[in-house]
Amino acid sequence: MTQPPDTAPTADNRTGAAPAGAAADHVVLATEEDLLSVRHALRTATLTVGFGIVDQTRVVTAASELARNAYIHGGGGVLTIEYPTRHGEKGLRLTIRDDGPGIPDLDQAFVDGFTTGAGLGHGLGGARRLMDEFEVRTAPGAGTTVIATRWLPQ
Amino acid sequence: MSSRSSGVPILRLGDVLITGLLNELDDKAALAFTDELTERIVADSARGVLIDISRLEIIDSFVARTLMELTTMARLLGARVIVAGMRTPVAITLVELGIELVGVKTALNAEQGMAALGWHQSPQPPEGAHRDSTA
Ligand SMILES: Nc1ncnc2c1ncn2[C@@H]1O[C@H](COP(=O)(O)OP(=O)(O)OP(=O)(O)O)[C@@H](O)[C@H]1O
Ligand SMILES: [Mg+2]
Repeated sequence: MTQPPDTAPTADNRTGAAPAGAAADHVVLATEEDLLSVRHALRTATLTVGFGIVDQTRVVTAASELARNAYIHGGGGVLTIEYPTRHGEKGLRLTIRDDGPGIPDLDQAFVDGFTTGAGLGHGLGGARRLMDEFEVRTAPGAGTTVIATRWLPQ
Repeated sequence: MSSRSSGVPILRLGDVLITGLLNELDDKAALAFTDELTERIVADSARGVLIDISRLEIIDSFVARTLMELTTMARLLGARVIVAGMRTPVAITLVELGIELVGVKTALNAEQGMAALGWHQSPQPPEGAHRDSTA
């Protein structure tokens, strides 16, 4: 695995604010430290939306799994946080994109215990269970994009 | 050959090592911590290890794997590990992730964890002893 380039310090790695509006927040996933930035950014974002402590934990954990996948399997990427609404409902959407090798067999990748690395193989399937909506766009050689949304319970 | 220390304090009480994980532990520090703890188990001939995780706000699959590996290694070195104080939302999320902490013994809090490792708080102060309420 090639060493990702050294980027700016963690705290400066986020761009944009996280208002309650529709603006997006980005975290670059290029170093291990960025995985900590992801948790911080998501903790703040879940509080912004108003999630309870269990949903906060679900969303932060899912983001941590997906960001780690993009970093480890995808060679780095970008996580974007958005605040969608639907029929007056508030939500939080994660988009994690990488330009890595892609996932050749997505059904297999979702199976708990399937891993091509040294992991437990629960990240992808687990993250899907932690979120309300979950979509993966991937193709061999074309990178991977995961879009996952959690809605605030009414 | 960890080039960096984890920065996680490890205390000793009799033959039990007491330590705790914090949120800010990154992957390298987690690996360094595994090395440091196994070294201390050997150096101190520890028979038990209490890992307090009450400060951990999330456990993802990486942290779960670290805890399982630590437990296995400690067991090979003759020490029992108890992971104490998991927060309720963390436990709920772990179940939904589908991760079982295989082989990892847990306790509700550090006190119960210490009791499980054979430490007992005497219910009464010894005869004539001054009871120190800050103890
Ligand atoms: N962004 C990605 N790019 C390429 N392959 C991926 C990506 N995300 C997941 N995969 C593939 O899917 C498999 C399953 O992913 P999953 O997150 O479930 O497990 P893991 O990352 O191997 O282990 P764990 O997450 O439990 O530590 C991975 O081993 C990898 O082969
Ligand atoms: Mg994973």
